[in-house]
Amino acid sequence: MGFRKFINSKTLLSFITAFMLLGTNLLMAQTEAAATTGGQTDAPQVDWTGVAYYLLLFFLVCLGVAVIGKILKIYDLTLKIQGKKGMKWNTVMAVVCLVFLIAGLYGAYWSFTVQGSMTLPEAASVHGVKIDEMFTVTTVLTMIVFFITQILLFGFLFQYRHSDKRRAHFLPHNNTIEKIWTIAPAIVLTVLVVFGFFTWQTIMNTTDTKGDINIDITGHQFAWELRYPGKDGVLGPKDFRMVSAANKLGVNFKKRSSFDDLQVDTMYLPVNKSIRLNIQALDVIHSVYMPHFRVQLNAVPGLPTFFKFTPTITTAQMRTQLDDPKFEYLVYCNKICGGGHYNMQKVVRVVTEAEYQAWLSRQKPYLNDALRKELHFAAADQPKTESQNRLALNN
Amino acid sequence: MSTLAVHDHGVAHHDDHGHEHHHNQSFLSKYVFSMDHKMIAKQFLITGITMAVIAMILSILFRIQLAYPDKTFPLLTTLLGRFAPNGRISADFYLSLVTIHGTIMVFFVLTAGLSGTFANLLIPLQIGARDMASPFMNMLSYWFFFMASVVMLSSFLVQKGPASGGWTIYPPLSALPKAMPGSGEGMTLWLISMVMFVASSLMGGINYVSTVLNMRTKGMDLWKMPLTIWALFLTAILGILAFPVLVAGVVLLIFDRSFGTSFYLSDIVLNGVQQPYEGGSPILFQHLFWFLGHPEVYIVIMPAMGISSEVMSVNSRKPIFGYHAMVYSLIGITVLSFIVWGHHMFVTGMNPFLGGVFMITTLIIAVPSAVKTFNWLATLWRGNIRFTPAMLFAIGMVSFFISGGLTGIFLGNAALDINLHDTYFVVAHFHLVMGSAAIFGMLAGVYHWFPKMFGKMMDEKLGYLHFWLTFIGAYLVFFPMHFMGLDGVPRRYYAFTEFVSMQRWLTVNTFITWAAIMAACAQVAFLYNFISSIFIGKKATQNPWESNTLEWTTPVEHLHGNWPGEIPTVYRWPYDYSKPGAEEDYIPQTVPFSQTMSSNQAHDFEDNPKGLEELNKFNSTLKANEQVK
Repeated sequence: MGFRKFINSKTLLSFITAFMLLGTNLLMAQTEAAATTGGQTDAPQVDWTGVAYYLLLFFLVCLGVAVIGKILKIYDLTLKIQGKKGMKWNTVMAVVCLVFLIAGLYGAYWSFTVQGSMTLPEAASVHGVKIDEMFTVTTVLTMIVFFITQILLFGFLFQYRHSDKRRAHFLPHNNTIEKIWTIAPAIVLTVLVVFGFFTWQTIMNTTDTKGDINIDITGHQFAWELRYPGKDGVLGPKDFRMVSAANKLGVNFKKRSSFDDLQVDTMYLPVNKSIRLNIQALDVIHSVYMPHFRVQLNAVPGLPTFFKFTPTITTAQMRTQLDDPKFEYLVYCNKICGGGHYNMQKVVRVVTEAEYQAWLSRQKPYLNDALRKELHFAAADQPKTESQNRLALNN
Repeated sequence: MSTLAVHDHGVAHHDDHGHEHHHNQSFLSKYVFSMDHKMIAKQFLITGITMAVIAMILSILFRIQLAYPDKTFPLLTTLLGRFAPNGRISADFYLSLVTIHGTIMVFFVLTAGLSGTFANLLIPLQIGARDMASPFMNMLSYWFFFMASVVMLSSFLVQKGPASGGWTIYPPLSALPKAMPGSGEGMTLWLISMVMFVASSLMGGINYVSTVLNMRTKGMDLWKMPLTIWALFLTAILGILAFPVLVAGVVLLIFDRSFGTSFYLSDIVLNGVQQPYEGGSPILFQHLFWFLGHPEVYIVIMPAMGISSEVMSVNSRKPIFGYHAMVYSLIGITVLSFIVWGHHMFVTGMNPFLGGVFMITTLIIAVPSAVKTFNWLATLWRGNIRFTPAMLFAIGMVSFFISGGLTGIFLGNAALDINLHDTYFVVAHFHLVMGSAAIFGMLAGVYHWFPKMFGKMMDEKLGYLHFWLTFIGAYLVFFPMHFMGLDGVPRRYYAFTEFVSMQRWLTVNTFITWAAIMAACAQVAFLYNFISSIFIGKKATQNPWESNTLEWTTPVEHLHGNWPGEIPTVYRWPYDYSKPGAEEDYIPQTVPFSQTMSSNQAHDFEDNPKGLEELNKFNSTLKANEQVK
């Protein structure tokens, strides 16, 4: 009797839900139609079969669960009527724990091999190799702990499942063992800290801040702008007050060093040269993220930062290594910056020195014709004369 | 036994009027503006569960977008209107979903829902108090929380949608209304909601601390408190010290947004237009935010740790291993959690020297966490484990805490963080160690103390179903994410279609989404179980889990003031399970040592020489008797 009542209330519930959903659908469609008066006469085609299908499926599953639940209850009752003890749920759960442990271990192994092989290729920069070494050491240490603790956890659950015949072992504390497992992790962590601290210092906190090549990378919604120094090897200073339609980055042309700066579209880097990326942002925080080089630093408006690294593998080498002729190194944006955050990329090509020089000679100066006009530079070919400069200054 | 001066907080009053008081209350003062801590706990719990369901639905919505970035779902347009034009969630609304999901889960579910529920329920009941130190403030705490929830949800109703700068709301993105639609009114509502939330949290916290410090029953010294109380007490202290800093940060942000100040803003050109801000620093906000934000993750996890410790001890029928070590590690975590916030900022442009310092403090905090884990394992060792749903969830909490905690060692290492920062590795890490672990702690608490809250039992089999589906689902969702992160896939991306290198993760994303949908459906089992058990559940007995703590000495029927007569006196610590020589495998805290002479041990009298003398006398007579025989 109780069983039948249960099913009835269930079906009733599903009917009510279906009815309500249908109702909201009608209601929503009406408001939609009312909102778009005249413009769109055909109401949006709502594909209810899909939703209804999944809802029905869900209710069927619920029904199945309810039926199984009732069967178990009846089985339990019959056992009790026969004078037996009823379902041993503690044992059932202990066995499930053991099954979970075995399945979980296999799943973790599968994930490590299949998905683990989909991760980044070897580091393409000098410091990246050090980071990868650290990563390997940390992974080995933590995975040992991971497997041991999880096996112990679920193993204990199975081993020490409830039994009426037994009493638990009264063990409130044991100072020796507690000392051991306080000191052991402390030692392991000290090793990791020392190792990590010095790696970090050499990468980020070094006094050697000058790179062979300075590159300016500026983030804005939603793109990266690149600026290379010209023949003088020096990037001209910038000031956000000087930003205009033609001078997107606000380069200060009062300074001579700005005149030969180059605006480029793709970040070309010569292999084995130290690169200093000067990182800035115009509007909100962005983050220069070049995972293949293990490079990341936020681009913060008002706070110029830099990251120094040395690429070691050219794009061509990486393509053969990965057997992917279309492979490109990329810069992503990795700090939430608005609706276009997910598509803020810039191609990076690591090339040989000769290719780099050839490419560099083809790049156009930042000071283009539109900017000259804006700054009232008279002649395109003599930007460096003093009088022209003064003219620019006066404006 | 002395009956005098058990408690000096209006005992006589409650003794005389407690029962009638209970019946005289109107509906409004009993269920709505209640000042009874048990009712407030239930209010927190039910609001928390509601918010959790909402946040879970939001997560399913954005998971659908990640799994099927190219498909259209007309239903989404029907349900969400302008936020999902042409059957696809818009990029801005995707970020709103992520933001509000995070905010609700971290603050409304795992802070208020977890601490609010269990601190209110357990502190007076487990330390032996009639109610909170200030019941009125306790009520205000709930209603501020409720208002904060309403304001947060109401941001879905504004034209441009809710806040969408991520739950960390870093300026300038959150400060400039033109930077993204969500930084308009939605952000304003977020900030208002958060100020109210902090007010609620502070009122609650002050209450919890003062109750624990001042209102313990006779005999309940600090070292006899259950670990739940220790955890909730230290959590409250953390909250009191950390939350005001968030308010400071938020108020300065409000100033920047509305009054033209430049605390966080400088040198900004938005869409080609110079903004009049100079001299501020976005990093300042990050410092203020994470000064709360990092203690916050311990505010989230510590109550779950306390609950799990208690539940595991009760259901292993064994004392918690290393009670003192557990308390000291909680204290260690509390103190250290204030000096590690910079590990969220290794690559934000903060001085790299600071990065090195924060790395050291961060990895130190792993030591007390490791001690706790080993102690839990030792508690299970040679136990007599009963698999109640609460026990399973507590075990799940430990498993998640291990899995997620270990990846913290990667992220706490500044050098490794360079490449892992803000990738899916981080998402996997904190969803396991803080999200899943804390929610499992909360669910363990709900299953364990449901009989205390509602006087009914929950259905165990549905609990088992709920546990296994959720547990497996959570691992299926978050385990693969580690590898996405190791491939450099950034978080908070609307779609992975624009990068050729990320497209191969699409199948994994689809898999994760279906695992998430399965886990979400499993919550229906919980909701059904929870709601139906309130009305048609089996009646609970007074002490259904055969537990030692004080709350199980109160009658099943709630009454204002908790105990009908005088508050019981406490004689022993709460973990005397399976003590050799004892009749039952548990000895409640209210049983004096004089009644359990056969099971007393020397270390029960470490600070009680008289008792030790008695014990020795007893033992020697016992020996003498045996010799006579």
